[in-house]
Amino acid sequence: MLRQLEGSAAVAETVALCRPEVVCAYPISPQTHIVEGLSDLVRAGRLGSCEYVTVESEFAALSVCIGASATGARAYTATASQGLLYMAEALFNASGLGLPIVMTVANRAIGAPINIWNDHSDAMSQRDCGWIQLYAEDNQEAADLHVQAFRLAERVSLPVMVCMDGFVLTHAYERVDVPTAEQVDAFLPPFEPRQVLDPADPVTIGAMVGPEAFAEVRYLAHAKQMQALDAIPEIAAEFELAFGRPSGGLVRGYRTEDAETIVVALGSVLGTIEDTVDELREQGVKIGALAIKSFRPFPLEEVRAALGAARRVVVLEKALAVGIGGIVSANVRMALSGIDLHGYTVIAGLGGRPVTRKSLRALFERAVEDRLEPLNFLDLDRERVESELERMAAGGRSGPHAENILRDSGIVASRSH
Amino acid sequence: MKHPVGGSSFPGMEGLRATFEVRIHGRGGQGVVTAAELLSVAAFDEGRHAQAFPSFGSERTGAPVVSFCRFGDTPIRTREPIAEPDALIVQDPTLLHQVDLFSGLRPDGYLLINSGRDLAELGLAELGERFRPERLLSVPATELAREHLGRPLPNAALLGGFAALSGALRLDSVIAAIRERFGGEAGERNAAASAACFHHVEHELAGAVGA
Repeated sequence: MLRQLEGSAAVAETVALCRPEVVCAYPISPQTHIVEGLSDLVRAGRLGSCEYVTVESEFAALSVCIGASATGARAYTATASQGLLYMAEALFNASGLGLPIVMTVANRAIGAPINIWNDHSDAMSQRDCGWIQLYAEDNQEAADLHVQAFRLAERVSLPVMVCMDGFVLTHAYERVDVPTAEQVDAFLPPFEPRQVLDPADPVTIGAMVGPEAFAEVRYLAHAKQMQALDAIPEIAAEFELAFGRPSGGLVRGYRTEDAETIVVALGSVLGTIEDTVDELREQGVKIGALAIKSFRPFPLEEVRAALGAARRVVVLEKALAVGIGGIVSANVRMALSGIDLHGYTVIAGLGGRPVTRKSLRALFERAVEDRLEPLNFLDLDRERVESELERMAAGGRSGPHAENILRDSGIVASRSH
Repeated sequence: MKHPVGGSSFPGMEGLRATFEVRIHGRGGQGVVTAAELLSVAAFDEGRHAQAFPSFGSERTGAPVVSFCRFGDTPIRTREPIAEPDALIVQDPTLLHQVDLFSGLRPDGYLLINSGRDLAELGLAELGERFRPERLLSVPATELAREHLGRPLPNAALLGGFAALSGALRLDSVIAAIRERFGGEAGERNAAASAACFHHVEHELAGAVGA
């Protein structure tokens, strides 16, 4: 039913419709409303025998999901930011063991400096932990991707992260068509585990593997992600047929057909980008956008097909790989290997900095004239950065960066005295 | 899907921009975020597309809080904060001296301030020169809330006042959103405060026209 509700509520209700048997999560902003919502639904008896397990940390939360999944239960968790980092070791275990857990990541920056706002630093830091990573553009897609994620996870025996922008989506009220239980039941059959810890038929899971077989087991993880490149668009197509709306898939182009300039991004910033693309199109600028929906596995062929005919590609990303620049950009460049075009990286929206149409428009206007640097920082205040660099160059005890920059900005940092 | 450029085709929205943008200022605990969410639900109930979101801060009771609501006839894709609102709702007049409340308000924009004092008494007479004076108004929403709720929570009342001042939403859809959110007696009391503020503003506007 079409309703106006908070993104977190839409996700909680949709996850509930997927009939998880174990939900185990530790609250952290901006994920909290999702797990609070699920906890309410479990307590109200809406999830049958589903158990909501409260634990003391994110490491424990994912570890409980691993145990639950290994016994054949459909398991779900959610986290963000430092919480995802705290799960890091268990993330590799979940994927290495091939356990189809689904997790929402309410994307948020990583400290230091401590920051609760949105960017993609958290998910990007774990991009190579073996989980599939899907990115939602709006709350309808965030809800829909969870239904698809359980199908996908259980089909290829890999865990799936559904990444949705923290606050920007989790705390936004907008219209979402929350599916019915019948629709989801028809689309998502009960979990049939490929491996199960069953006292009646004992096996061990998690053997130590030495040099003689480690590479082969690891290769299987890669092979399954390559299978997911086929499974993701198939499941998205089935979803569209069953639910009557497109959601998910590997990539989605917007006005790219004749575009000389294509902007590539992940997540909710695509909405603002598309509005800006329309403004420029009205002035005759041949510009389009490409949403990457699946970052792991990375759809090299689809990205190459979508971008290969463009003259320039601008990758706008909400994470910074310190010491090199772009993360998404590096993957996009790999897709474009051997193709001669101008490629630009733009780091934007870090720590919740708003990405505005005004700034995007100025950026794209410079891009179409090839006046961008290889690496750009949207709306970076150079003056404040320079004054801190000068302070350091002067030697001596120049003090902590965060506090210095805040003071230069006229903002008083929290003090302990 | 094209970005809206023309005017709205909705009844009561003729002449307004295709996407109407509201920014709400208040303090943590006054229901600033809830107010924006309620506006979005009211707009949704009228068949429009709507989006509401908070200023993503670490909100604390008493700290300045901002929330945003956009609504219109076409899907809303942008996610940026509202820099140039069509309407401002100020839930707490003590913010007048702390925050740049009027930043970006469109020249033909609406302003509704929660105060028992008029704009001149609030030291805001000069706003009448920058904006259309018949679209600027203060209302005693906290007093109306005390009267109907028994608590100084002005958000529901102000939404009724906003509906009357701007004509951008109907009172019945605002009240339906309030009832759905609060439920039971709290819903009825907030609905009553909202209706009272709506009629207060209607009365004020009629007086302004008559004067």
